[in-house]
Amino acid sequence: MTTEAAPHKDVQVRELERVTIRFAGDSGDGMQLTGTQFTRTAAVFGNDISTLPDFPAEIRAPAGSLPGVSGFQISFSSEEIHTPGDAPDVLVAMNPAALRTNIGDLPAGGALIVNSDAFTANNLKKAGYESNPLADGSLKQYTVFEVPITTLNARSVEGLEMGAKQVDLTKNFFALGLMFWLYGRTMDPTLRWIEERFKAKPVIAEANARALKAGYAFGETTEMFHTKYHVAPAKLEPGTYRNITGNEATALGFVTASRLARRELVYGSYPITPASDILHSLATYKNFGVRTFQAEDEIAAIGSAIGAAYGGAMGLTASSGPGIALKSEALNLAVMVELPLVVVDVQRAGPSTGMPTKTEQADLLMAMFGRNSDSPVPIVAPATPAECFDYAIEAWRLALKYMTPVIYLSDAFLATGAEPWRVPSPDDLPDISVGGHTDRATFQPYSRNPQTLARPWAVPGTPGLEHRIGGLEKADVTGNVSYDPDNHHRMQTLRADKVAGIAADIPPLQVYGPDQGDLLVLGWGSSYGAIRTAVERLQAEGHSIAHAQLRYLNPFPRNTGDVLRAFERVLVPEVNLGQLSLLLRARFLIDVVGLNRVRGRPFRISEIRNAAEAVLAGRSIEDVPLPSEDGTTFSASGQGLA
Amino acid sequence: MTDQANGNGRTGGAPMPTDVPLSAENAAILQLTRKDFVSDQEVRWCPGCGDYSILAQTQKTMPDFGVPKENIVFISGIGCSGRLPYYMNTYGFHTIHGRAPTLATGLKIANPGLMVWVITGDGDALSIGGNHVLHSMRRNVDIKLVMFNNRIYGLTKGQASPTSELGKKTKSTPAGTVDFPVQPLSFALAAEASFIARSVDTHTEHLQETLERAGHHRGSAFVEVLQNCNIFNDGAFRDFTEREVRDDRMLLLKHGEPMIFGKHRDKGIRLRGLHPETVQLGNGVSEADLLVHDEEAEDPYLAYMLSRMWWPEFPVPVGVLRRVNRPTHDQLVSAQVEEARAQKGEGDLAKLLVAGETWVVE
Repeated sequence: MTTEAAPHKDVQVRELERVTIRFAGDSGDGMQLTGTQFTRTAAVFGNDISTLPDFPAEIRAPAGSLPGVSGFQISFSSEEIHTPGDAPDVLVAMNPAALRTNIGDLPAGGALIVNSDAFTANNLKKAGYESNPLADGSLKQYTVFEVPITTLNARSVEGLEMGAKQVDLTKNFFALGLMFWLYGRTMDPTLRWIEERFKAKPVIAEANARALKAGYAFGETTEMFHTKYHVAPAKLEPGTYRNITGNEATALGFVTASRLARRELVYGSYPITPASDILHSLATYKNFGVRTFQAEDEIAAIGSAIGAAYGGAMGLTASSGPGIALKSEALNLAVMVELPLVVVDVQRAGPSTGMPTKTEQADLLMAMFGRNSDSPVPIVAPATPAECFDYAIEAWRLALKYMTPVIYLSDAFLATGAEPWRVPSPDDLPDISVGGHTDRATFQPYSRNPQTLARPWAVPGTPGLEHRIGGLEKADVTGNVSYDPDNHHRMQTLRADKVAGIAADIPPLQVYGPDQGDLLVLGWGSSYGAIRTAVERLQAEGHSIAHAQLRYLNPFPRNTGDVLRAFERVLVPEVNLGQLSLLLRARFLIDVVGLNRVRGRPFRISEIRNAAEAVLAGRSIEDVPLPSEDGTTFSASGQGLA
Repeated sequence: MTDQANGNGRTGGAPMPTDVPLSAENAAILQLTRKDFVSDQEVRWCPGCGDYSILAQTQKTMPDFGVPKENIVFISGIGCSGRLPYYMNTYGFHTIHGRAPTLATGLKIANPGLMVWVITGDGDALSIGGNHVLHSMRRNVDIKLVMFNNRIYGLTKGQASPTSELGKKTKSTPAGTVDFPVQPLSFALAAEASFIARSVDTHTEHLQETLERAGHHRGSAFVEVLQNCNIFNDGAFRDFTEREVRDDRMLLLKHGEPMIFGKHRDKGIRLRGLHPETVQLGNGVSEADLLVHDEEAEDPYLAYMLSRMWWPEFPVPVGVLRRVNRPTHDQLVSAQVEEARAQKGEGDLAKLLVAGETWVVE
């Protein structure tokens, strides 16, 4: 069986602008791998891409069960895209459970490719089907392709010394091969990956390669498919690109920041979903002087980062919401001792353990206020996976320049989602280095730079600057312990002013579209893509609407109030119950309209669009029905925290 | 690097110290005295507190290490002990409750050449900070942790601590505590500390000697100092530490020597089965029958036995229970960085950014 088998049928090639595929199967079926390989191949081909991995927290839930379904959605396009697509055009379902949990998202007319071998009585029962959907006509609104993937795949690896279980594990490559054929993609990057990945296991490598090729050949020879699809490369800005996830970009950004600041990075961290990949990445960059420390708990992780910062290194820690909660006392110590520190929060759905692998944007108020007393901390929030790189550097620029801890808010969608990244040249990146203090004559531990209000960084090992710092209130200038009432008021104000002053050092809020009009849709973080696309569509239809995305949540860009006031209405979509809305109302006395949905999923374009249309038409968005996966509708609550 | 504090010219990271080896020679060159280690801050412990003596012995011991004072850091948590760094004219960091070992660990990772002391108490180290003591010790982080044990919470005005004896009546336990106490040295041993010792606040010479030995140890040192809180738990150790009785009620450990104690050096510790017993020398019992202290024993059994001995059943052992060599945490961390550099070469950022598959858009 080879990929060169001559086609013996008429195959049409249809040109498409954009395709969205969802792979779904058991969490042990390798769906994340399949999706990632398709993504790489599409990216290297030159499509714009956006992905949404969606997997359960259980590593291997019982095979065939509904909770064990793992999915990976990729959208690839010949035009610039900002989201992984509202709904798939093609659903690949490896078993009945995957079909059942995903079919609701597939629009009528969508293509459904199923592994028909997996539709056994037992699997149907586990998925809760009373009759076989492949036979009972319930799927007639879709274009269904029943492929006996298990059988065909097993045939392709016949003769290799493998157990039945190992054979079964290769079937995702068969499905991938079929999709490569359907979209006219080369198998080469995946074949190279297989060779590299299974170098030590030649039999497995051979089996996976055969499975991939068999899937491709099946597409070519079967009478089932009469159309192939072509999605041309996107017209992206010139440059060198690579495919990157948010967590990868975050880790690369920190290594880069370390080079740009000419200081070593010390990363203290405790494993937590979905932040652990940052630790995994940074642990491989030791030759860049990166020292990673897997601490005994979240508190030790931030403690070690603060200790490293005290020693003159770039102390860094990352976690997700539950871990950030544990770090809050130590973070406040960093506020008090005014040492540079970056704290990453890869947000996930909560409260408590919540839904660990699902996304949410609900740690904003914790980042703002989740510490005792008045405790100002700058907050940055990248809006796309690739932007994670830039804001990792920006977080460090602020931390070093202002001698302050900085919170960097990512989320599960950004962290695991991928998009093409135009790789910058290191020469084009800013110098963010700062000097430490070494001069005895002028040294006072809490004297301040008049522009930035930063205190000097005098690290142990510097002769003549021996001094003591700590969590007790500091006397202005000398840094000695002080209980003086006026001094405390002055220090609280100084700490607040220092962070507020950063507004003068960050770019103004950029508006996509007219700088005034009927409606501004204002988001922050990973909602960027859905908002941008929805607003572009409404603009194309002639509406007076614009989009702005906050990348700085504390302080806000200095023009934020002016931007908001230039529009009749402001719609604020957030994957929380209205946290940014609360801040905006408090700060600017503007009654923004919140679009708040917390389903563990990023916004869809249509959700934003429907809500924006309602606001533009003067309707309450609470009346806007929003479709849910199971076909029911519920209204968009706009005033959760109001 | 931009703040070349010590001129060794290494680029790309935290300042590396001159890494002065601990030596009498350096001590002679530096010519530091106790006074050099006294800060300008007024000491604010209760009059009569055992902490004064611990501070004084610490300040007296520092010059002997031959380490420039800019390379010495005192890190503390919360509690009365936590104030000590303010009184030392070195670098000092008064952190948060129980977490001092975590900051010390990060500091040693960033700058392995510093001499780092962690000052803590029984509540700070064994209650809120127990987890961090466990992990810093098992990692063999090169820190010298000095735990002031007064068996009470002093700064919060007298509640039971994890070392308070069972039944102890305090403000928080008016009917007596029902919590069985932890034995700090047993805990340190279980945590794999590579140096374990005990001394007493008022035994000034012994305390100096103990601190000095801890300071010379490379790796995690755990030193318990029996410290009297004259306000909330006065006389906690009086029964065996008072001058008149201490020779008969405490066992001064000396490496390689038989375990003899008593004003007249007429008593000793003998092993009977798996248990120690106190014996009177003479009447057929000679020194040769006694246990010989071996602080360098790789196995922990002898040290564990000593850690469980307490007055009035036994004399209370003081001195070094255990001192073994293991690579330190910072050495291992640095070695991996150096090995990665040797294998892959110094990291090239331009190459890293384009690692993996890339494509070019014209």
